[in-house]
Amino acid sequence: MDLKIENTDGVAVLFVREDRLDANNSEELKTELRRLFDNGTKDLVIDLKEIHFIDSSGLGVLVSGYKNASILHGSLKLSNLQSQVKSMFELTRLHRVFDIFTSVDDALQSYR
Amino acid sequence: MKNDIDVDIRVPIHTRYLRMIGRIGEEVARETDCPEEIRETLPNLLAIVLTEGVVNAIKHAHSADPEGDLHVRINVSKKDLVVRIYDTGIGFDLDAVPPPSLTSNGLEEKGRGIFIIRSLMDTVKYIRSDDANVLEMRKNLV
Repeated sequence: MDLKIENTDGVAVLFVREDRLDANNSEELKTELRRLFDNGTKDLVIDLKEIHFIDSSGLGVLVSGYKNASILHGSLKLSNLQSQVKSMFELTRLHRVFDIFTSVDDALQSYR
Repeated sequence: MKNDIDVDIRVPIHTRYLRMIGRIGEEVARETDCPEEIRETLPNLLAIVLTEGVVNAIKHAHSADPEGDLHVRINVSKKDLVVRIYDTGIGFDLDAVPPPSLTSNGLEEKGRGIFIIRSLMDTVKYIRSDDANVLEMRKNLV
């Protein structure tokens, strides 16, 4: 999985540079999230700008990350959802669970 | 001729084929004559239900037979679009799959696949037989 990680003022930003997040690659994201949390990350933005397709496995990994961040008294926020991805969040009501921002900057601003 | 399409897909049982199966579904949807209100969303809808159905077959129905083939049929007629996903595994009980608890905190990590399929399609059945079980998902086009 092609991932890029940046750190801004203590907030990790994870750019998922794939066009799909599905049962074939979502475990790789789960592993990376676990590594970040194990290394002390608490606050995290996952940027989904390049994702145009997400399935229930992909949603499940994001929920897992959300719960782990909460356990660590941090938070996992999302940015740049494409329309098809946003539809899946709305269908499963997960848009009520996550803080979702239109850009990474807006997401980072929410931590300040 | 529109709306007389029958696509038969057989691939090895592996999630690496999800992308290919989803793209085939998208192309079929684009060739499908359907009501204006679902025309724009039908390609993504079909890709989603194919993905969820295939993953369900891989994880639950094919667990006892990982060396077999995955068999998917997409049939479009004037009145409906039907996706059938066959498996020769132990199968599962469609009605035993609980919906994600939408009224509680909704933070389950699993269990959304069947809920998503049921939300997007008009009729969903899982038919068991001696030869092969089939998950049948139907979308009305009229």
